[in-house]
Amino acid sequence: MASNTNRPTSPHLQEYRLPLTGIISITHRMTGVMLSAGLAFFVYIISALAGGAADYADMQDLMGIWLFRLVYWGFVYALFFHLCHGVRHLIWDTGKSFDRETLDRYAMIELGCSLALTLFTLLFV
Amino acid sequence: MAEFTLPKNSVLIPGKTYKAPAGTSNIRRFEVYRWDPDSGENPRIDSYELDMDDCGPMVLDAILKIKNDIDSTLTFRRSCREGVCGSCAMMVNGKNTLACTKAIDSYPDTIKIFPLPHMQVVKDLVPDMTHFYAQYASIKPWIDTQTPAPADSERLQSKEDREKLDGLYECVLCACCSTSCPSYWWNSERYLGPAILLQAYRWLADSRDENTGERLDELEDPFKLYRCHTIMNCTDTCPKGLNPAKAIAETKKLLVQRKLG
Repeated sequence: MASNTNRPTSPHLQEYRLPLTGIISITHRMTGVMLSAGLAFFVYIISALAGGAADYADMQDLMGIWLFRLVYWGFVYALFFHLCHGVRHLIWDTGKSFDRETLDRYAMIELGCSLALTLFTLLFV
Repeated sequence: MAEFTLPKNSVLIPGKTYKAPAGTSNIRRFEVYRWDPDSGENPRIDSYELDMDDCGPMVLDAILKIKNDIDSTLTFRRSCREGVCGSCAMMVNGKNTLACTKAIDSYPDTIKIFPLPHMQVVKDLVPDMTHFYAQYASIKPWIDTQTPAPADSERLQSKEDREKLDGLYECVLCACCSTSCPSYWWNSERYLGPAILLQAYRWLADSRDENTGERLDELEDPFKLYRCHTIMNCTDTCPKGLNPAKAIAETKKLLVQRKLG
């Protein structure tokens, strides 16, 4: 009997509910891409600092625009998020903190730390 | 290359609804993925309203009730109904599990049942496991020795060495973990996936096996092993409570230790 070889692929991303660690994992990758792209922006700021008073004033004007401020703080948060989950990866690489009961707790600690570090930067730096 | 959307022939179309008979009070709605290879149509979601006063407690009981009482064409795998055969692995409400050990009451409302994610569907809830089993065979899942067995006894193992296999030997190869893994979704042709890697580690951890070096050589590959990015879906979903992500990390550690000598 001939069988139908045009088999469908079962739904995956469409239906699967990623656990918190899964969401953090994809966010880690996205923040990594954002940080790479944001480096160009960062270089611009550094070069404006080095370029003298006029360049610095131009950069200050640009950073006064809300959209650029948002991008700037997005970059800072992405940096700390990526850092915190990077530390998590280092702990994982030693073979520790894999217990399933603690996965969500560690994930919340990461999120808390990245937010706290961003707030700390906002307030004190 | 990662494909985030479903191919044309896999997009869902609306299905049928089977209402509960009038006068039923304790109703639960089940939405089930259906695909008939002979119809030429795309897969669809059929909805069944079941009388919970006349149904067993597990998700598998509900599926059996649908097959027995409502629609005998519903196709799925099942055997032991107690979580030791691994046949009835499926995605229930967005998470892979064994239908036989998952209580209906552990879900709040409508229960949505799909085949294991990102697999070729043979019919309804039955995925094609050929590739998965071939990957299993590729890691040589048997004891491999160079020395002859003792003449007067089996190959013995200390209690401590035997304990190293706890959390590994219990795997029933249901494929819940592998098919929950986005890395496996995008790279299953080359990445072994959590279930097979847990089994690979089970033989690395066995004190009686004498082929550790070759086993590690086989695994030291950017795709076979290192497509694991510690997403942790595998450990999160394992219906047997095992920890494939941990086994993979231990394998990576063995490779590093070997390198550092």
